[in-house]
Amino acid sequence: MISATDLRLTFGRGTPLENPALRGMSLTVNQGEFVTVIGSNGAGKSTFLNALAGEVLVDSGQIIVDNLDVTKLPTHKRAGRVARVFQDPLAGTCEGLSIEENLALAIKRGQRRGLTSAVKKQYMEKFRDSLSSLNLGLEKRLGDKMGLLSGGQRQAVSLLMASLTPSSILLLDEHTAALDPKTAAFVLELTTKIIEEQKLTALMVTHSMKQALEVGSRTVMLHQGQVVFDIVGKDREGLEVKDLLGLFEKQRGLEVDDDSLLLG
Amino acid sequence: MLSNIALYGAIETGLIYGLVAFGIYLSFRVLDFPDLTVDGSFPLGAAVAAVLIIEGWNPWLATGCAVMAGMAAGAVTALLNVKLNILNLLASILTMIALYSVNLRIMGRPNVALLTEETVLTPWYDLDLAYHQVPVLLFVIVVFVALILLWRFMKSETGLAMRATGANARMARAQGIATGAMIVLGVAVSNGLVGLAGALFAQSQGAADVTMGVGVIVIGLASLIGGEAVVTPSTVVRALIACVVGAIIYRLAIAFALNADFLGLQAQDLNLITAVLVTLAIVLPGVRSSIAGKLSRSKA
Repeated sequence: MISATDLRLTFGRGTPLENPALRGMSLTVNQGEFVTVIGSNGAGKSTFLNALAGEVLVDSGQIIVDNLDVTKLPTHKRAGRVARVFQDPLAGTCEGLSIEENLALAIKRGQRRGLTSAVKKQYMEKFRDSLSSLNLGLEKRLGDKMGLLSGGQRQAVSLLMASLTPSSILLLDEHTAALDPKTAAFVLELTTKIIEEQKLTALMVTHSMKQALEVGSRTVMLHQGQVVFDIVGKDREGLEVKDLLGLFEKQRGLEVDDDSLLLG
Repeated sequence: MLSNIALYGAIETGLIYGLVAFGIYLSFRVLDFPDLTVDGSFPLGAAVAAVLIIEGWNPWLATGCAVMAGMAAGAVTALLNVKLNILNLLASILTMIALYSVNLRIMGRPNVALLTEETVLTPWYDLDLAYHQVPVLLFVIVVFVALILLWRFMKSETGLAMRATGANARMARAQGIATGAMIVLGVAVSNGLVGLAGALFAQSQGAADVTMGVGVIVIGLASLIGGEAVVTPSTVVRALIACVVGAIIYRLAIAFALNADFLGLQAQDLNLITAVLVTLAIVLPGVRSSIAGKLSRSKA
């Protein structure tokens, strides 16, 4: 279980560019939930994800991941519990390393690394099995450099890497946004498949309200660094984008003015 | 043409600079950390080894201490960068400058002669080999061992974590890699290798001198870049071989340039030649690909 309580974070405090990104953000994600997070530009979606991952430390508030207070821990000390896929398909892998080396890095996520050989024979079967589930033929290209793969392929491998070892939560940061529509659909399908099969707890930030309702079991909307609504279960069934907009206006007395959010 | 002695001499120094190139490969290529500490850690290794040998230490033990001293210097640079957030290049310049004083302190004077002392080379002269061949034999063994150890390290879990740190730090952190610790370890090992090179250089040349580090970084870079142009560094082991090949080619090129009387070059032109060679090594691959690009465009 992940619980974030009253997170506050201001960038550039005391400067003309002062920007309060999180203003009392609270959210509890239960074991096995797949939460989609939406919100317009500047709502604090990415900052919230970065705060959970440890890339930014909050000014105040508390983050607890499976009974461990991680609020002050840097990224690498949380990595055993928090897995992550980035928006940029090139960011989740090392292009200069081979596919098997990238997977070998991921299989030791959050564990001690020693001086034994990194790419071990006993990993190979697991690597081949998980790669063949992608149906991209990558299981035959274990020795190829990551840089030879397309953006979509790399994002698919990033997803595999994030799910290679157990985690308390999987963070997906608009991970299909930089892909073409067909590849994005493939990666999204793969995401839901992996999350369902492995019963992962996941938090997916998306820019598209449609996508946010199509996948996952719960949807949270952020606005100005806070949760404005949180729908789950029966309330969420059959909900459409226009219902979400209605909800948002009712809650805030505001019109959604971010076109990309409506069109996405 | 080169005399036999000049040829072996060039290979001997080339092998030593191969160790420097290993270190520079680690910092510049693997960690993407432009580290100029080497200009200070090379004479540091020489100074530590020379002083301890004069004190009567076993030369291998003295050389081992030189490696540790080099590692400490590298760790200082990396810590200035990681803990105090000083720009990596500037951090290395600070350490390099500081080491000048440290080296003078260690030696107590600007240079220490080792001509009559027992060095790591001494027992090897009993072999039935020409005088100028002995250092080459020993250094080939040292470089070979260093290459194998480095290669195994790069393939290990920690080594892979280090490569990921330099290639994609954000990804490395997300995989639970303490990138700061990796930078400290990598830059320390890098300068340990350079300290080793300095210690061996002092013993083969018969002296340690406080100015012997000037331009080591440029020579190391020249070796690295030149080697990469000859041996495509597509794998770790190829990249390491490229370092040694580049260093030997570089020393041979210098030896030829100085021996080619018609060029009229003299020993004092060394740094000028080095700068020209490095510029060529950096620019030529680009020129080659741009010519290839133009040719393929004109065909299309």
